[in-house]
Amino acid sequence: MYSKQSNQKWRPYVAGALAGLLAIGSAYATAKVMGKTAYLGTSTTFVRAAGMIEQKVWPERVAANAYFQKEKVKVDWQFMLVCGIFFGALAGSLIGREFEWDGMPSVWAKRFGPNPLFRAVCAFAGGAVAMFGARLADGCPSGHGLSGVMQLSVSGLAATACFFLGGVWVAKKIYRKGGRYG
Amino acid sequence: MDELLLGAMTGFLFGFLMQKGGVLRFDRQINALLFKDMTIVKFILSAILVGSVGLQWLADRELITLSHKAMNVGAVVIGGLLFGGGWAVAGFCPGTAVGALGEGHWHALFVIAGMLFGAALYAEAFPFLTDTVLAWKDFGKLGLPQALGVSPWLCIAVLWGAGIVVLVWCEHKRV
Repeated sequence: MYSKQSNQKWRPYVAGALAGLLAIGSAYATAKVMGKTAYLGTSTTFVRAAGMIEQKVWPERVAANAYFQKEKVKVDWQFMLVCGIFFGALAGSLIGREFEWDGMPSVWAKRFGPNPLFRAVCAFAGGAVAMFGARLADGCPSGHGLSGVMQLSVSGLAATACFFLGGVWVAKKIYRKGGRYG
Repeated sequence: MDELLLGAMTGFLFGFLMQKGGVLRFDRQINALLFKDMTIVKFILSAILVGSVGLQWLADRELITLSHKAMNVGAVVIGGLLFGGGWAVAGFCPGTAVGALGEGHWHALFVIAGMLFGAALYAEAFPFLTDTVLAWKDFGKLGLPQALGVSPWLCIAVLWGAGIVVLVWCEHKRV
């Protein structure tokens, strides 16, 4: 029948198409249940979560902050979506026996070496810049790349193009030297 | 049905599909940016092509309302490029970082921690940005059909054409 390899080849297409159906179904369901159409997205949740954490140590600052007021620090539909992503991915990987403890990505280690502290620092810094950019653009690859482009939003198309332009440029620069450790 | 439960169920399916799609891996994301492994592009494009048809169909029947984010030029372009740069170092976007934890890649925790910090930093920078970058040219909540003055279905047809060209190229190049 199908070789394991050709099965693997179809996965992104099938899973992606189903994700498209999920986006459609979700839009319909949220319009019905919430009276307001909601679209797949994740980065706003990070703002809310950051606000919740900051509230524990510095509540007045959060209360006085215009951005936290704008985005509202609370558990909402999207917050639950992001939590759900973790459990869905966990279920998928356990069912498919693809769960594996992994503390160091191999593409990174081949280029920059296996130092976990260096990786942790760079991961943190990269994440911070990425999220700052996402909030400035008002969306991430889920919000702009999937939902925005699906709706033919000009901002979605432009943002996604810039995500890839920025990503390709920096990736090329930092991975240019090739596998020094590989 | 409670909206929080709906969100959780939707997220569960989304995470499940991302895992099956193979997009929750640092290597896959970086190799996509290096044009060596276009798995994430195949996933995203497949979702977009299917989703665009269904969403427009529902919108035509007024069963949903489309929700465009503002085309604030400075914000979208600078923010987008910044995101891209950070993405190339972090190796995950917000959704896939959370999903990656579910596949066992605990190193994504550092990315998530950084993202939370970046979000808090943005909240601090927001007043300044409101007076600067965010105050530049803003075209508002704009859809491509309205911008070009054409039917959304024409845009979707072009999207399909472009999407198929990209996917065929990916398969042809075996990436």
